[in-house]
Amino acid sequence: MAQFRQCPDTGLFFHKEAENLMKANAVAGVVCLLIAGILALLVVLTRWPAVHLLPADTFYMVLTAHGVCALIFWMIFFEMAILYFAGSTLLRSRLATPRWAWAGFVMMIIGAVMTLAAIFGGKSSVMMTSYVPMRAEPSFYLGLVIFAVGALIGCFVYLGTLVVAKNEKTYEGSVPLVTFGATVACIIAIFTIASGAEILIPTYLWSIGYISHIDPAMYRVIWWALGHSSQQINVAAHVAVWYLIAGVIFGARPMSEKVSRAAYLLYIFFLQLASAHHLMTDPGISSEWKVFNTSYAMYLAVLASMIHGLTVPGAVEVAQRKKGLTNGAFEWLRKAPWDNPVVSSMWISLVGFGFLGGISGVVMGTEQISIIIHNTIYVPGHFHATVVIGTTIAWMGLTYLLIPVLFRRKMIFPQAAKLQPYIFGLGMSLVAVFHMAAGTLGVARRHWDMGFAGNPLGFEYPATAYLLMGIAGIGGVIGVIGGAMFCVITVGSLVFGEKLQKEAGLLQSFGVPMADSAYTNEKPERLPMAPAEAVEANHGEAGFEAPGTFILAMVLLVSFVIYYFINWKYLSEVWGLS
Amino acid sequence: MAEENKPDEQEDENISPWQQIIDNPFLLLFIGVAMPTVFYTLWGVMEVATIPIAPY
Ligand code: HEM
Ligand SMILES: [Cu+2]
Repeated sequence: MAQFRQCPDTGLFFHKEAENLMKANAVAGVVCLLIAGILALLVVLTRWPAVHLLPADTFYMVLTAHGVCALIFWMIFFEMAILYFAGSTLLRSRLATPRWAWAGFVMMIIGAVMTLAAIFGGKSSVMMTSYVPMRAEPSFYLGLVIFAVGALIGCFVYLGTLVVAKNEKTYEGSVPLVTFGATVACIIAIFTIASGAEILIPTYLWSIGYISHIDPAMYRVIWWALGHSSQQINVAAHVAVWYLIAGVIFGARPMSEKVSRAAYLLYIFFLQLASAHHLMTDPGISSEWKVFNTSYAMYLAVLASMIHGLTVPGAVEVAQRKKGLTNGAFEWLRKAPWDNPVVSSMWISLVGFGFLGGISGVVMGTEQISIIIHNTIYVPGHFHATVVIGTTIAWMGLTYLLIPVLFRRKMIFPQAAKLQPYIFGLGMSLVAVFHMAAGTLGVARRHWDMGFAGNPLGFEYPATAYLLMGIAGIGGVIGVIGGAMFCVITVGSLVFGEKLQKEAGLLQSFGVPMADSAYTNEKPERLPMAPAEAVEANHGEAGFEAPGTFILAMVLLVSFVIYYFINWKYLSEVWGLS
Repeated sequence: MAEENKPDEQEDENISPWQQIIDNPFLLLFIGVAMPTVFYTLWGVMEVATIPIAPY
């Protein structure tokens, strides 16, 4: 019985069971993004001082739901789809134990619904971080635990698939780089989920009265092993998506497989230690611990990100130059297909992540400087650059790529799709930059009223801070429009898009199996080992193969250095000594 | 059949130790869990746990 089909356009193989799981997880993710986006509009309109939409208690409830739904549910559902894609499709292997994968999926749905119900019940407005001694409804924690166990099952199904592929010899040599990246994401996810269990299960027991006390400092240490590492799943996975898109669209091959894999190895070793950067201002933990985990380990992980940030555009540049776009430093870039939303998404993700997210992240991760921006709106500014401009836009690009390939539907509204990454990217860049600016002036995050009306211990921010929050508000509205366009285009394509295959019906778009007639391959041909690339052969010259990328990297470095010193200057002004 | 297996055996011989580490997801999983558990979690928890309790 045939179990595989081959996409006629890309040549990718899809295992029947795996592809249904990819669809179901991706759709569940997009639904969560949609909910998160509606909530984002409410949040951002409340933080826009001139609008100040919601009353205080609703604001905190909606903010909790926005964080949980976007950061946890949207990201992880989509990551499950990526794992199944990287394990099964890219390795041309059947998925191990699809039943377990479905069980995991169902648990994730149940957990997500439970937690959201607890939040919207109004008694769990504890923010996504749920710091004790704030107490949410027990079902808030229980839902998260069930969701996490479901995701853990998905991770093990992925690892199982690696074993199956190896035993059944579906590929030659080592796994492809994108699959390697997904493995790194999976490993980080397993640590993340274990840390989550370590802290959320006791907190659940505390919420039902079984444990009497949880130490807040201890909670923060263990919670951030979950909170930070979960962001690093996103990073590892979106870097893999950059490599994938560069490969599929530009035919780009990594400049050096070895270097890229070594960079991923640095992630495995060091990325999670950087969790300590969230606790820079916490009392009770030594500077040795903070400095080792951030100033040493974190920078090695940052180094890895910089390597990826260099090799992905470098690989694209080499591929483009081979096609004859050799004029000047940047012809290869100017003549890229900028109206292809897959391509524009990848670039916006890469540049936004590097410049806005990367630079601000390294600056914030410096123990001394961290104190000026800790708990200000600078922090949401930073992570909307990483997790929205970086990860979310990369996911969006991948979705555009997969609509015809995986879902077998033609994309509706292609003109709107061309604009969507730019609109969303612009809006979110405004949010990121202006939140960071307002944060530098001290505006607090998670704060309903920056005017402190009627508050005996008020504080008066400079008028500029109000202006900056207003501009961020406008950016947020633009971002929500861009996000809504994405949801309309993708969900619309799944429902109304022209079928590229007669079996791809409505229900099939959402994970119901396609008729057997769609599957024509018993077992795909073995994935051949990639030939050693030209670039890898002549070491030392690689930098000059991609001069444009080299220039871009220098611009990044200079921007970073300038911004870093500006922040030390700010710090020196915090306490006047004269 | 015998011919099909040949390239594999050759591969096995040429694999460098570095490549063997990279190709073993379970070893990587171990490293990826052990490193942060020791340097971040255990060390951090020990520090918090050894903060003296304030006298009442
Ligand atoms: C439509 C675009 C979005 C807009 C306009 C937006 C806007 C905002 C605003 C204004 C805040 C509140 C900052 C504060 O008062 O502390 C916030 C918080 C947050 N957002 Fe977004 N956001 C968007 C999309 C996303 C996405 C896609 C993600 C994740 C992938 C995300 C993750 C978060 C998180 C984790 C928080 C922090 C919640 C907390 O402090 O507990 N946002 N967002
Ligand atoms: Cu972090």
